[in-house]
Amino acid sequence: MNLSESVAIAERLSASSKQCLGVRGLTKYFGDFPANVDVTLSVDQGEIHALLGENGAGKSTLVKMIYGILKPDVGSMELNSCPYTPDTPSDAKHAGVGMVFQHFAVFDALTVLDNIALGLDGRLPDVALADEITAVCERYRLHLELNRRVYDLSAGERQRVEIIRALMQDPRLLILDEPTSVLTPQETEQLFTTLDRLSDEGRSIIYISHKLDEVRALCDRATLMRAGHVVDVVDPRQESTRSLGEKMIGERLNETKRTKLPATEKLKARLTVRVGEVYPESSRSAVLRDIYLSVAPGSILGISGVSGNGQDTLFDVLSGELTLPNPDSLVLDGEPIAHLGIEQRRRRRLLGAPENRLGHAAVPDLTLWENVILTARQTRGILKNEHLISGTAAKAFAQEVIETFDVRTTSVNAKASSLSGGNLQKFLIGRELLGQPQVFIVSNPTWGVDAKAQLFIHQMLMDIADQGASIILLSQDIDELLSVTDRICAICHGRLSRTFATEDMTPEHLGALMLGQEIEA
Amino acid sequence: MDYSLLSSILHAILVASTPLVFAGLGALIQERAGVLNLGIEGLMIVGALAGFATALAGYPLLVSVIAAALAGSALAAIFALLVLRLYANPVATGLALTLFGLGLSALAGAQYVGQAAPQVSVWTIPLLSQLPVVGHALFSHDPLVYLSILMAALLWWFLKKTRAGLILRAVGENHASAHSLGFSVMGIRFLAIAAGGALAGIGGSYLTLVQTPLFVEGMTAGRGWIALALVVFASWRPFRVIAGAYLFGSVTILQLHSQAFGISIPAQWLSMLPYLVTIMALVMISARGEKGLAAPGSLGKIFRVSR
Repeated sequence: MNLSESVAIAERLSASSKQCLGVRGLTKYFGDFPANVDVTLSVDQGEIHALLGENGAGKSTLVKMIYGILKPDVGSMELNSCPYTPDTPSDAKHAGVGMVFQHFAVFDALTVLDNIALGLDGRLPDVALADEITAVCERYRLHLELNRRVYDLSAGERQRVEIIRALMQDPRLLILDEPTSVLTPQETEQLFTTLDRLSDEGRSIIYISHKLDEVRALCDRATLMRAGHVVDVVDPRQESTRSLGEKMIGERLNETKRTKLPATEKLKARLTVRVGEVYPESSRSAVLRDIYLSVAPGSILGISGVSGNGQDTLFDVLSGELTLPNPDSLVLDGEPIAHLGIEQRRRRRLLGAPENRLGHAAVPDLTLWENVILTARQTRGILKNEHLISGTAAKAFAQEVIETFDVRTTSVNAKASSLSGGNLQKFLIGRELLGQPQVFIVSNPTWGVDAKAQLFIHQMLMDIADQGASIILLSQDIDELLSVTDRICAICHGRLSRTFATEDMTPEHLGALMLGQEIEA
Repeated sequence: MDYSLLSSILHAILVASTPLVFAGLGALIQERAGVLNLGIEGLMIVGALAGFATALAGYPLLVSVIAAALAGSALAAIFALLVLRLYANPVATGLALTLFGLGLSALAGAQYVGQAAPQVSVWTIPLLSQLPVVGHALFSHDPLVYLSILMAALLWWFLKKTRAGLILRAVGENHASAHSLGFSVMGIRFLAIAAGGALAGIGGSYLTLVQTPLFVEGMTAGRGWIALALVVFASWRPFRVIAGAYLFGSVTILQLHSQAFGISIPAQWLSMLPYLVTIMALVMISARGEKGLAAPGSLGKIFRVSR
């Protein structure tokens, strides 16, 4: 950042009316790695302030310092015109700062009431507390049953637990870390109403998100971060989603596009699924009922749904993690395959990339080339005589994935867990794509992935569809589904809706489908 | 049926079960805080020796029991240091603790082998102990039997009704969340380990002060392991630990008495019985697979403060 830019930012800061939080010159190093360098941030009272940046830009480090989880190396903070140096989250709470974490800090086996009591100093989960919570719930129109255990709750309800926990302390400043990544459009709408109400009461909000159009709809100002530095402070309402994204990344974004026209209905289906009833392995997922779908060569089918509605079981059925007794339930190019396991389906080039990157799609503590062997072993002579691993071939394959798909990592010897979410996802999808899938099944590929990597992954999917592969994309992200797919349907309580052409679909209509409207029981 | 025999069998069952109640509760409080401590056996035998040595030195029962609790706590503190501060693998450290406790007690206890501890007085509860059959069996015991039941009640009340107990459960359920809410995962676990060590030490001392009352090398004879199984059997609930311990004690005593009843089953089968019952109970519990009976979410996982 050059001097004139710094001055411009400082002027915009000083123009602020009544400051709630002021952060000056905050710097934090992890070893040699600069997580935050000379960061300046100003949040007014009643302001909804967005914090934007790619993964690893330093947003989380910044809010962790504001919330007292991390201590800055250099720099000062002010809260309501008083010096503010929180040593612990509890200091931050007492000073009037609340936080809602991206990975909710809730306890599955405890009740909602217990969970809220834990966030409040010296409170027992008794009747008096329950009454206070009910009052807050009514005031902000947040519905919660206090005696339910958290493992029974949806993601939106879990978030409500966190929000109420924060609101019970009457915070002046509330920090939300990617609050909408797991919510339905309707839940997002509700959240925005709540946030607007909080802002009307003069409470300030720091809102971290990847979703630029949300930021444009909700936030008064946005601070953009890149590689640990603040690069700009803008009014998101004056920006387009595209210009905001480009300012955040610091380079131009390419538009994703298809080179060929999407396949028409006349093409013969490559994969057809006809399933009566499938019971899931965990009781938290819905039972699949009367699933019928088909996908043609060169076409991308989107399946939208709020998590927990059966899409994990559907993924397992499609990928072969869950085999079905009746072979005819899945037909691939005329061959019944529902009774075949993953390995045999892979030989027929039906490949899958599950939602959970670390732990399911990749083993965190294995290197990238070792992770290649886990799925791509039938290609490029990685396995000799079906049993012996060729390290050289696996490393060459991993290197090819890294180069072809622009994976940012040190080498093929890096552990899977050391990659950022976006880069690991590029690697994992690339690993399957080099195997030239006929049918590719992918679940929430861009969850928690930054804007640039997101576009890259979308382009990867479109490219293989152009080359004739059939893709089934299970996702919660409505924008992703609308921009990538050719046809679209929704899953709710284990049942599929009708399938629509994506060009005829609106976000509102899709949101309604995800909530089970128009699905006949 | 001979009522006096039945009464004495019941009496013996309570005596046989009490060390398991204490040790089981000790393991339970640690596990509810998310700590898997396989060193219960080592804690028990060190407590057994400490209590015995204090009693031989002429101190009253209360002092002996406190000495046993302190010894158990001290050894558990070493475990806590290794696992919480130095991030040692808890399974390996727990196993080492068992071996260390057994070795240490054998070395330090060699001088006490062959001596007998003074008789512990019996607290007979008025009126209740006059009841037919159960009176003598249930209400005419040494103070530690009553203390074990009181401890279970106390632990239940602590976990269920106090804020400290709620925090302890939260730490065991999800240590990352507990940390981000500002609780000291390490501090809470240290206290839980120390308290659990004290209970296991008292459980061990019951063997040398009341049950035998002698000290022999390795005399805990696997009770620490049974205590660990009991906690799972009890699905991490204090009163179920008592039920499990009494069930286990019953099988042990019945095995001893079965020959007196003229049941001709090889003794080895009968010795296996308590362990078979435990395994069967564990299988039944996991087969039911209810959520509420699941282990604490962070049990046995190492917690590191992320940077």
